[in-house]
Amino acid sequence: MNISALKYGLRQGILSLRRNLWLATVTAGIIAISLAILGGFLLLAVNVGQMMRTIETNLEIAVFLEEGADPADISRQLAEHALVQSYLLVPKEQGLVEFAETLGDPAFLAGMEGENNPLPDLFRVKASDAQSVAALATDIRAFPGVEMADYGEELVGRLIGVTHWLNRLLLGMSSLLALGAVFLIVTTIRLSVVARQDEVGIMKYLGASNSFIRFPFLLEGVVIGWTGTLFAIVALGLGYEQLATSLQQEALTFFIRPVTDPALILPIFGGLLLLGTLMGGIGSIVSVRKFLRV
Amino acid sequence: MIELKRVSKSYQNCALPAVANLSLQVNRGEFVFLVGPSGAGKSTLIKLVFREQTPSSGQITFEGRDLSKLKQKELLRHRRRIGMVFQDYRLLKQKTVYENVAFALEVIGRPVKEIRRKVPAALAEVGLTGKEKAFPAELSGGEQQRVGIARAIVKDPLIILADEPTGNLDRNNALQLMELFETINRSGTTVIIATHAWDLVDRMKKRVVAMENGSLIRDEQRGSYGNEHLST
Repeated sequence: MNISALKYGLRQGILSLRRNLWLATVTAGIIAISLAILGGFLLLAVNVGQMMRTIETNLEIAVFLEEGADPADISRQLAEHALVQSYLLVPKEQGLVEFAETLGDPAFLAGMEGENNPLPDLFRVKASDAQSVAALATDIRAFPGVEMADYGEELVGRLIGVTHWLNRLLLGMSSLLALGAVFLIVTTIRLSVVARQDEVGIMKYLGASNSFIRFPFLLEGVVIGWTGTLFAIVALGLGYEQLATSLQQEALTFFIRPVTDPALILPIFGGLLLLGTLMGGIGSIVSVRKFLRV
Repeated sequence: MIELKRVSKSYQNCALPAVANLSLQVNRGEFVFLVGPSGAGKSTLIKLVFREQTPSSGQITFEGRDLSKLKQKELLRHRRRIGMVFQDYRLLKQKTVYENVAFALEVIGRPVKEIRRKVPAALAEVGLTGKEKAFPAELSGGEQQRVGIARAIVKDPLIILADEPTGNLDRNNALQLMELFETINRSGTTVIIATHAWDLVDRMKKRVVAMENGSLIRDEQRGSYGNEHLST
């Protein structure tokens, strides 16, 4: 395509956008909404992923000893185990104090000191890595003198399950929204093509190439896609920044720390821009295709 | 230049073929009238030569190239060597006379310098100098068709294909346009005109190819319309 053809395409693309300004704006708005929702889902997925990693990394195995078991024996076995990163003995006396602090009412445990302490000695064990927690817990359960070893696998399993379904649901909803946006682009561009149907027909008779005819429409679609995506990115960026700041200030819990690393956030925004451009481009090509068959 | 060998063209949902086993040769620089009643296959023949349609059977060659075998780029080159003129002019209403003619060069990517040189020359050739800034709605039918002819000749085509170019014009305007086609033909451009204007055909004494029911029924040098118009 030479310079004059490029100029012509640009001029026609701009003219067409001006002519369909209202519909183009609505389409860009729908794209903005659908991509903002998709982007929101992706940000949520990144944050849930990080939260899961934090939970897994901080998982501790609580090893409860049998009555009369020697903590020194268990300690030795733990020290020799390859998957153990660290461990800490919590004697039952200390356990009782911690339990009382958790309840917030020391009087409740009155009379349970010394011989009457119902709690067993326990070890808090950390695995060398998150993936080894389950295997290490199984090994520890086989140690003589160990009553039980628990790391909240039910909770972790449930969290993984919920995350899995949440991701699927979000992906499905986002795909439907994106598909809807593409259909809307197709409709918008088709209206432009229909408005210029005579011109397109004449161009074919004059020997214009398909790429020459397609270019202004492609430009129109891509501009709509870009505009929508830029709105989505700006809204999402501002909204997320505000949310992240307020969450950090609240310091709600150790686990809810929003992802702010640009290396994780920027690829999402870049991906959205690419997706918006592709949606615009593909929508245009689909719309024009039928009219080029002369 | 153009050779049709036993060409047939059938459309879906039509019992009879639009063109049936037609063979025809047109040489460079010829002026040919295609005549015949409505539905005789004249327009289909023009579409086949333009390669808007492909034959159901038979072969059409243009400058020695089989039109059915043209690739996309060759098809564009083929169409750029043809100037099309339509009964309904097919001008763009929102463009001026100058812009309509320039459009023919713009869409095939010709440089601005060439456009500025050729468009006024084409408008002068069809007698529309001074009307450059007018819009089609401000012109008479004859003038609009002149714009259509200027648009066809501005890209220096090898051939002009005109489908009922005088169909919407009065006799006087039609005669002037036919004289314009003759002038264009004298400069070496081949001209093929499908028409019902029997009186003009008789008057101009050019080659006449008569069709009926998709078949060629008569091919005469310096011919006349014949009796076919009586059945239209």
